Amino acid sequence: MKIALGIMIFAMPLSPLAFAQDADVGEQLYGLYCTQCHGVNGNGKGVNAAHMSVQPRSHIDREEMMTRSDEELFKVIEQGGKSIDKSNLMPAWGDNLSDTEIHELVAYLRRLCCEEN
Amino acid sequence: MNKHIRLWAAIPIALCISGLTSADPLQILTTECASCHALESPDYEALGRSERVSRKAPPLFFAGNKYRAEWLLSFLQSPSALYAAGYFPDHKLLDTPDGDFPNEDELISHISLAEADAKEVSDYLMTLRPFDELVENDSYTEGTVAKRMGTMDFRKFKGCDACHQDDADNGGLSGPRLYDAWARLQPKYIASFLKDPMQWDPNTLMPVPQMNEQAVHKLVDYLKVLGEAE
Repeated sequence: MKIALGIMIFAMPLSPLAFAQDADVGEQLYGLYCTQCHGVNGNGKGVNAAHMSVQPRSHIDREEMMTRSDEELFKVIEQGGKSIDKSNLMPAWGDNLSDTEIHELVAYLRRLCCEEN
Repeated sequence: MNKHIRLWAAIPIALCISGLTSADPLQILTTECASCHALESPDYEALGRSERVSRKAPPLFFAGNKYRAEWLLSFLQSPSALYAAGYFPDHKLLDTPDGDFPNEDELISHISLAEADAKEVSDYLMTLRPFDELVENDSYTEGTVAKRMGTMDFRKFKGCDACHQDDADNGGLSGPRLYDAWARLQPKYIASFLKDPMQWDPNTLMPVPQMNEQAVHKLVDYLKVLGEAE
């Protein structure tokens, strides 16, 4: 019963309020860990980008970002670019960030790419 | 070299402390350094990521485990920018259509100290060694690596140059420059930090590398080769 309840809760989509709260925290984390390469606006043109052999992903490219599932975004943050056959210049952040924080980052990525203003 | 780095490198040091007749290192550190550098370990658990958000400069409470004394003494008298884009996240980048660039007008020049004050302060900082155990437990001993292989490892295989420069003309600008790290940092600190940066700083922006001890030591040897070539 407890397991079933746990699965139900995990499977429930985030409420708009919970999503917004996660995305707010995610925005702060993005400023710390991601903007160096992905840019302060998420356009992939961070201060390091000009010096990189592979250009960082633009997170405001809605079309491209819609092809990525939340699970895939979580995985690439946690395990790095190589885990999805992309560049090793994207490091694995799984030892630095908690699962909750990675979920918060994913929520912010969704806001960045795809939320209608 | 990037135009922005050249400009930054040309900025003269803005402030030189003078008039402090007694070189009391604690007084200097408290009045001149503590507003940017942590001189005691922050309460990371209580502060969470907000500690990193508000951090303005590298913590100094383990300076004695991290820096080489001779470098510290020299830097305090004649500092140069170790972070070409400023210290993250206390940076003010220029957001342009071509991308983000360091904003020279917003970069803070480090203070410089007179020789006697610099000696007092660096001597004091070198006594700050809360991580002796981490350093002592590291097995790194100096070795060597062919520069070409080291460069390939640093850039292509490990991707370190995404954030760090291993040459004044190569590498990202957000992390501290590494082509002269050997003169700046204690070898066992480099090895220990590389192996597990979270042990030194729970809010580090350095990803925990997925590599074994031997691979870590190869990278440290590469920094040694770079340093010896400087």
